[in-house]
Amino acid sequence: MNLVSTFWGWISAPGHWHGNSGIPERLVEHATYCLEALVIAAAIGVPLGLLTGHLRRGGRAVGALANLARALPTLGLLVLLAVTTNFGVTSLIPVLVTLVVLALPQILLNTYEGVRSADPAAVDAARGMGMSGPQVLIRVEAPIALPLILQGLRTAAFQVVATATIAAYVGIGGLGRFIIDGLASKDYASVVGGAVLVALVALVAEVLFALVERLAVSPGLRLVRSGSATLARTIPSPEEAGAGNDNAGLPEMRGHTL
Amino acid sequence: MKTKSHFRLARAVALVALGFVTAACSNSSNPSATAASVAKGQPTVVIGSANFPENEVLANIYADGLRAKGVPVSNHLDIGSRELYYPLLKQGQISLIPEYNGSLLEYLDVRSTATTTEAVDRGLNATLPPSLEILVPAPAEDGNALAVTPATAARYHLDTIGSLVAAASQLVVGGPPEFETRSIGLPGLARAYGMHFKQFIPLDESGPLTSKALEDGTVQASLVFTTTPFIIKNHLVVLSDPGHYYAAQNVVPLIARSAATPLVVRTLNAISAHLDTRTLTQLDDEVQNQHMDASTVAKQFLHQAGLA
Repeated sequence: MNLVSTFWGWISAPGHWHGNSGIPERLVEHATYCLEALVIAAAIGVPLGLLTGHLRRGGRAVGALANLARALPTLGLLVLLAVTTNFGVTSLIPVLVTLVVLALPQILLNTYEGVRSADPAAVDAARGMGMSGPQVLIRVEAPIALPLILQGLRTAAFQVVATATIAAYVGIGGLGRFIIDGLASKDYASVVGGAVLVALVALVAEVLFALVERLAVSPGLRLVRSGSATLARTIPSPEEAGAGNDNAGLPEMRGHTL
Repeated sequence: MKTKSHFRLARAVALVALGFVTAACSNSSNPSATAASVAKGQPTVVIGSANFPENEVLANIYADGLRAKGVPVSNHLDIGSRELYYPLLKQGQISLIPEYNGSLLEYLDVRSTATTTEAVDRGLNATLPPSLEILVPAPAEDGNALAVTPATAARYHLDTIGSLVAAASQLVVGGPPEFETRSIGLPGLARAYGMHFKQFIPLDESGPLTSKALEDGTVQASLVFTTTPFIIKNHLVVLSDPGHYYAAQNVVPLIARSAATPLVVRTLNAISAHLDTRTLTQLDDEVQNQHMDASTVAKQFLHQAGLA
């Protein structure tokens, strides 16, 4: 069976584009779960990472928390929450909690590491100019950490988009329905179609985050980044990293060194 | 070609492994055989089972029941799915296995439309090879059924599948994902009864999600397997199926004729007669939820039924 023709056959069938179990509806559901989970994870992870990074305290606790969250098997956690809590089997809460747990470590560690590794010279200079602690954090450390924070969000988004398919396991919608239902009724075209759509959504999320990075990271910082020898120690220039992607030069695994 | 030789290799490995197991088990079962008075000239019954708890309990019950009558028995439990154990039975590697008549007929003849116990058994007798036979089916069935919560049953006066037709449009129904599309699932219920539910929520195969969804009111009705322990725990009302919409799934011993001596047949039929669906559900509950050993559960059942 040819994968490409199977996918085209499935996706071009008009019946798959209508009703509340059609592709548009499932796409919207999927994107909604992912966005909600990411926003919640970012709302927890970014402030916590900024604070611990700025205070240079609690790094060990942050690392332990992140590793604990990483060690949890996602599907097991979801079914456990769905069966043992009283939100209702098809409630979105177990799914959101599971996806937040999945996204949090990457966001938290990248933020923490981004702030912590801001060039001490820049931080000292800011203090010397009379900035208060919060001012240093908001006006110096956070902008310097921004590329790494966005990188964390981007990786988390990629994982969440791919993993949100498990919502279908507990009777909820999203693109996972095509995969789970397809497997259950031996409709493999539906499985292929769902899987390809998930991959496409993940790619779209990547592109969106690349754009956000381009727009959000201060041009000054980018200029400094490629020009300054001191800052390049913290944030290597794209040339150094040898990648065309404008943020691929960041030390990707830095968060894991805790 | 390549897959075929792989299959042959796998089969050869399986047979060699089974040979070892046979040797090991016949050694271990000898002492117990001598403990009871061994019936004269009785060939050893080699009993197998599928790889799920209920089938293992049933195999233990039949095995211990036979031993109590002095029939030498060796156990080869937990073999796997029907695709694995049926060929072993056909080749004479095992001589007895607890089966479910409807599923066995579906496996042997996919086009069969028989649903009553009698029709299914007739179909089996016509399809089974001459070396194998089924005995008298037990009243116990592990098959598909529609179940509703006690509150729903009381509110809409539900007792049969037919009685659900009028209420269905106000009920949310659960089931495994394929329930929505399979011809025996919702499409079949719509065709046969004109039954249309308010909504379908895909859950699991009579598993923990289904149990929880019925408990917390996410669904009011669901497809269940008739011996699932949560039916008793949640006081579910299993809707009876007088129109035989679902195929019969009676527990029935499938046996090699060479092993089916009058003593063996008499003993197995006597055991089957004591197995009804509620009893089997309770035995499943003891194994799955109370984590009791399948052989202990089997011995207790035989003792209480006065069969051993």
